[in-house]
Amino acid sequence: MELFKHSKEIKMDVLKEVGNIGAGNAATALSRLLNKPIDMAVPQVQLLPFEQIAESVGGSEQLVLAVFLRVEGSAPGNLFFIMSPEAGKNLLQNLAGIEVSEEEQFSEMEQSALCEIGNILSGSYLSSLADFTNLSMTPTVPALAMDMAGAILSYGLIQFGEMGDDALLINTTFLEGQNEVEGQFFLIPDPQSFAQIFEALGVPLEHD
Amino acid sequence: MIEEQSIVKVAMADLNVAGPNGILRTTGLGSCVGLTLYDPVTKIGGMAHVMLPSSAIAREGQLNLAKYADTALPILLNKMRNLGASPARMVAKMAGGAQMFAFAGSGDTMRIGPRNVESCKAGLEQMGITLIAEDTGGNYGRTVELDCATGKFTIRSVQKGIKEL
Repeated sequence: MELFKHSKEIKMDVLKEVGNIGAGNAATALSRLLNKPIDMAVPQVQLLPFEQIAESVGGSEQLVLAVFLRVEGSAPGNLFFIMSPEAGKNLLQNLAGIEVSEEEQFSEMEQSALCEIGNILSGSYLSSLADFTNLSMTPTVPALAMDMAGAILSYGLIQFGEMGDDALLINTTFLEGQNEVEGQFFLIPDPQSFAQIFEALGVPLEHD
Repeated sequence: MIEEQSIVKVAMADLNVAGPNGILRTTGLGSCVGLTLYDPVTKIGGMAHVMLPSSAIAREGQLNLAKYADTALPILLNKMRNLGASPARMVAKMAGGAQMFAFAGSGDTMRIGPRNVESCKAGLEQMGITLIAEDTGGNYGRTVELDCATGKFTIRSVQKGIKEL
């Protein structure tokens, strides 16, 4: 991307911090909900070819549970919260005390609870980001899907598709002690949002 | 001698062609469309993993022609012709174009799946190629394979299992 021609290191670090703050707050929110400590990995910021994006969750055909919401406002983008179906079941059991069914499918009640948890976590991710950057970022109503990772994540790449064949994503993993609940946040800001984010955080944007 | 079949992978926003021993495969189609052309006589097949409906919306410098429905189709046809396939005999099958997430007040981006399908159909019609089978729409992901030996088009999904067209 054109924007990363100059001082790429600094910009990548700034985006890492964005992921850190967002996911950090979401992890705190989850920790309060579960009343358990939640660990978080160092965020990864990567410019990846479309084909490789699903690799970080186990490949294009990997079955995943995803809460997706579109971010609107001055720095629009797409936010995914992704878990394995097993992690989803564990989360329901630990958190809501829901007696989860053994089946692979999720009941309507379970789906709605997961969607709400995703909503709470994504909301705290976004609101901390909005506070940090002073940019308006409002989430749309979240939607839940359980399907192939490739099919789900490609939805977040459409805006990048018009620009090229790579997308920049900020990926943060967090997990609860015994790896019972592990989730990943993928923030894929729209291409034009990066300038907004950098400007808001005082990162100089050089132009040729 | 029977040659072993080989899988030819088609990446997202890419296209590929194969001869009688090839199986063209693309994974994790969501709103994208897996568009295939097949010449049953020469057993030459082609597949494109179309991501966006029209190159008119492109803002990229170097256009990736395989990404857009309107530009991928002519290239696919040409590549197959170069291998010896006849456009007059070609038939098309396609799958994908789902709407993975349903939203209230969804904009154009959210309807990208159906738009991809419409655009692929318009392109086929323009080139006079008959669409003989499709499995499009819905709200689920698909992995598709075109077996060039038989022209069989296999669709796999988490929700609906395996389907052959």
